[in-house]
Amino acid sequence: MKIDLNVDVHHLTRVEGHGNINVRVEGGKVREARWDVVETPRYFEAILKGKHYTSAGIYTSRICGICSIGHCLASVRATEDAFGVRITPAAKKLRMLAKHGETLQSHWLHLLFLAAPDFFGLPDALSFRQANPEVVAIAFRLKGLANDLCDLVAGRTTHPVSILVGGMARIPDQNAMLAIKDRLDRSLEDVSAVIGLFRKVAPKIPDFVRETEFVSLKGTDEYPFIGGDLVSTDGVVKKEREYKAMTNEYVTPQNTTKWCRLSRESFAVGALARLNNNFALLNPEAATAAASFGLKPVNHNPFMNNVAQLVECVHCTYESMRLIGEIIADPKAPTMAKVSPKKGEGVGAVEVPRGILYHHYAYNDSGRIEKANCVIPTTQNNANIHRDIGELAKKFSTEQGITDERLELLCSMLVRAYDPCISCSVH
Amino acid sequence: MKYLGMTPLKPKIAVFDFTGCEGCELQLANKEDTLAPFLDAVEIVNFREVTTVRRDDYDIAFIEGCISRGDEIERLKAIRSTAKVLVALGSCACFGGVNRMKNVLDLQEANREVYDKEFKETLYVRSAKEIVKVDMEIPGCPVSKAEVERIVQHIVWNVSFDFPKYPVCLECKQRYSICRFDFGELCLGPVTRGGCGAPCPAGGLGCWGCRGPAAEPNYEEFFALAGRKGFGKAEISERMNFFGGFEGVLK
Repeated sequence: MKIDLNVDVHHLTRVEGHGNINVRVEGGKVREARWDVVETPRYFEAILKGKHYTSAGIYTSRICGICSIGHCLASVRATEDAFGVRITPAAKKLRMLAKHGETLQSHWLHLLFLAAPDFFGLPDALSFRQANPEVVAIAFRLKGLANDLCDLVAGRTTHPVSILVGGMARIPDQNAMLAIKDRLDRSLEDVSAVIGLFRKVAPKIPDFVRETEFVSLKGTDEYPFIGGDLVSTDGVVKKEREYKAMTNEYVTPQNTTKWCRLSRESFAVGALARLNNNFALLNPEAATAAASFGLKPVNHNPFMNNVAQLVECVHCTYESMRLIGEIIADPKAPTMAKVSPKKGEGVGAVEVPRGILYHHYAYNDSGRIEKANCVIPTTQNNANIHRDIGELAKKFSTEQGITDERLELLCSMLVRAYDPCISCSVH
Repeated sequence: MKYLGMTPLKPKIAVFDFTGCEGCELQLANKEDTLAPFLDAVEIVNFREVTTVRRDDYDIAFIEGCISRGDEIERLKAIRSTAKVLVALGSCACFGGVNRMKNVLDLQEANREVYDKEFKETLYVRSAKEIVKVDMEIPGCPVSKAEVERIVQHIVWNVSFDFPKYPVCLECKQRYSICRFDFGELCLGPVTRGGCGAPCPAGGLGCWGCRGPAAEPNYEEFFALAGRKGFGKAEISERMNFFGGFEGVLK
């Protein structure tokens, strides 16, 4: 058995942003196992000081090119909380629809373009085009549809324009909404095909368990995405405004991302965390999909986050169709509430594809930001990824026939399973 | 893939990211209706966000993000020395983008605000062309994939391409969007470079000037118009300095 192993990944591929993996095993002992985030910081919180409330959402959507809708939603929610604005029922539905569009867009991108190639021994999704052209066709269709849904509801997929403080700019064109609903309905066949595909590779999902605390929004009557109480699988429950007691960010010398902790030395957020905390609120079709993979709460295998994302895709597809039906039933419903800036603080918590995101602003009485804080899902996951790598190295370094390459692949797959948004985590 | 029995020459393309949100490179994987032929026309040899393949024999390098740390300067110079054509992709690479707003801050102070006592290395933001020669710039936050496709066609097959000379206003009118000034809002459409298809005014938001100035922008008339609509210099200046493309026009 090989007892000396070395993994040195500089700027891991097929993830968003720049991170490095270093593992050193000597004489069968794990000497070093690191996940280091080396992304260049952008100082969003410093730049936000003095910004007018009308620009906060536009600016903070630029934290992330993939979950810009989620950032915009968290931003306007924080501002509305500070000003005491209550948005209209139609705006609420439109925001949730935009959120589902983003979840679908991001999850399909991650599952089919970034994560799947590892299970087929390919370097990227482009290589599928020779071996499995039908898989790529499905991937293009599903992601294209999700992008079109975002474009229609939020005005644009990357860096939305229709999500404003006070509500949503408009209800989209009825015919366009119906056409999207029809496409969502027809996409169910593609969704089933993807479930079949992942069922086939499910035996390749590494058998790895590390007991973890999972943090997410706490749903009451529906699977939660926008606002509400915060919950952890270790039994912590907090109000949205108490998010700091849930995140406990701290700075480490070797990372440009911060780290977080709660009941243990680290915790996880994301699709698996949402599902672990809110399993009973999944719609029946999504629950069936979860059952077909044997996924039930509380699951402690981080690689199962991929499957949790797939389950959420089923949930969001059905929910989107339902919401479109409700929205077009009342096409003249008001979408904007009156906004009057006032001095105060507000918090917005939103479940973006990679986990729970918080924006927190303190405003002066002319509607300008005095203090800002954004806590990103991947920031909350980084310490947990780091500790998972240590445990993963320990478990697999004793595996029969382990090689540097195999351990590197396992570590890379682990990081990818979290679908990290590294540039986002260093904002 | 063969065409008339011949294998066409494909340019080797690489995509590299620096300080930014990676939204522009994501656009390269969007526009699914033409994604397959787009991918057939080129060979991707280095694109960290999408593939594990990493080769350095590229012809065209797309650079995303602005430059804000010493190691990025070295990386950019190395890419420039390898690439035959260097393209700045997106507003951050073209003129710093929203990150440029950092340049009016004190960096020590900004570090304290975000990291408290753990100072992280950072520089004032620069665009790619402030460090190396850039052959072509594609502005936008994010870039328009349709425009990127036309530019790739231009670079690969010499299909003629010119950035529109007209401002965003023209495309806004083509979409029958109502002028944002008529909603009582400020809009930089009259002075911002067109080519984006004016998605923001159509979606309910005035233009924030992410693509930088149109050719020969009539600032004087624009300031007069905005003034008549009740917008003062301070507000216009804040808007014009949001994406960095209008730097120096209004202090």
